[in-house]
Amino acid sequence: MSWGFLRDLLSGVNKYSTGIGRIWVAVVFIFRLLVYIAAAENIWKYEHDEFECNIKQPGCENVCFDHFFPVSHIRLWTLQLIMVSTPSLLVVFHVAYRENREKHHNQKLYKRPGQLDGGLLCTYLISLILKTGFEIVFLVLFYKLYNGFKVPRLVKCDIRPCPNTVDCYISKPTEKMIFLYFLVATSCLCIVLNLSELSYLIFK
Amino acid sequence: MDWGALHTILGGVNKHSTSIGKIWLTVLFIFRIMILVVAAERVWGDEQDDFICNTLQPGCKNVCYDHFFPISHIRLWALQLIFVSTPALLVAMHVAYRRHEKKRQFRKGDQKCEYKDIEEIRKQRFRIEGSLWWTYTSSIFFRLVFEAVFMYAFYFMYDGFRMPRLMKCNAWPCPNTVDCFVSRPTEKTVFTIFMIAVSSICILLNVAELCYLLTKFFLRRSKKAGNPKHHPNHENKEETKQNEMNELISDSCQNTVIGFS
Repeated sequence: MSWGFLRDLLSGVNKYSTGIGRIWVAVVFIFRLLVYIAAAENIWKYEHDEFECNIKQPGCENVCFDHFFPVSHIRLWTLQLIMVSTPSLLVVFHVAYRENREKHHNQKLYKRPGQLDGGLLCTYLISLILKTGFEIVFLVLFYKLYNGFKVPRLVKCDIRPCPNTVDCYISKPTEKMIFLYFLVATSCLCIVLNLSELSYLIFK
Repeated sequence: MDWGALHTILGGVNKHSTSIGKIWLTVLFIFRIMILVVAAERVWGDEQDDFICNTLQPGCKNVCYDHFFPISHIRLWALQLIFVSTPALLVAMHVAYRRHEKKRQFRKGDQKCEYKDIEEIRKQRFRIEGSLWWTYTSSIFFRLVFEAVFMYAFYFMYDGFRMPRLMKCNAWPCPNTVDCFVSRPTEKTVFTIFMIAVSSICILLNVAELCYLLTKFFLRRSKKAGNPKHHPNHENKEETKQNEMNELISDSCQNTVIGFS
């Protein structure tokens, strides 16, 4: 079970999407999933090992790391990718339901099971709204958890068992910040694509 | 999802490329992506672990590493490869759009439609002319721009393409100017020069392809202007007449684009 499953799922949805929907799939595959796997994953790989505090007190580093990174950036990124891709399953299920119905009644009930009309159009619109919602929720979560999208070089920590205010150094802060901005930019692009697809379908 | 999936997507575009475009794609996959994955990633794998500074001051190593490597070579290359591959998708989307229109015509039972069935539409290879020519040429132009931008960014960030053995660092909290040693500097320099050389070859291939397309365009225009008995434009006859561009295209690549057909 890996990203290949997500890739197959999105390829399947592509068949029933509009043109803008296919551009969205391409953006998600190439600028988010591929960048995540080829580049971003390795930056955060040893983030805990490379997080260093100016103290020998055992446990202080662990506690400070946990305080400043309740959920790691990279895990939030993964969750966002999964949640944003999943509403497309609604469309796939609806098409499968239509095909099942046709088989069950043994007659042609729809012009084409994959055509975006009636109930399937509603499902598609709901999936677009959910996708946009998840994108915005995760962006807000990122912003609130990490006070913006900056990654500082130095954080000061004074949680027990650290004996006093201790300097802690984050590894590769600049590189992390560059990729976080990249994540935000692609998220916003996906939101714009979803909203334009929504207005295109509503006004068609 | 990995570079293999990108290969499948771009393989579909290959069908509609010129022969120089196919060479470019081969160079991209063998000399850049494969080298990146199989060799370069191992060389840079331990870059922060083995980056050693001559001090026991906690935090000094982290800060110095961040100062000298704002974004690692290997990540820059991965981004460069992704951005450089992407314009080819414009061509894939244009082809998919044309196929979609032909399928719509076919379904409506249009008399003008010359295809016998949908399978023929799906397998058809479009000539690079008309609006597809513009899309194809703009994709090559964007590729060139991205290559140049990334090469410049590389040169600007790392002051040339050499990896020094020793770097002197005095960023806080380092107590004074501290010697920091990079791991495998010679090997990294060799790979950097290799990747830059292959990038330059790709730029040359793109420039050659651009010139080739422009030359064919102007030749075609002068032929049209010099031939007054030009028959009414039946798309089919135009396509068969202008097959000189595609005489070099081989039939080897049969891959279809994922989701774009």
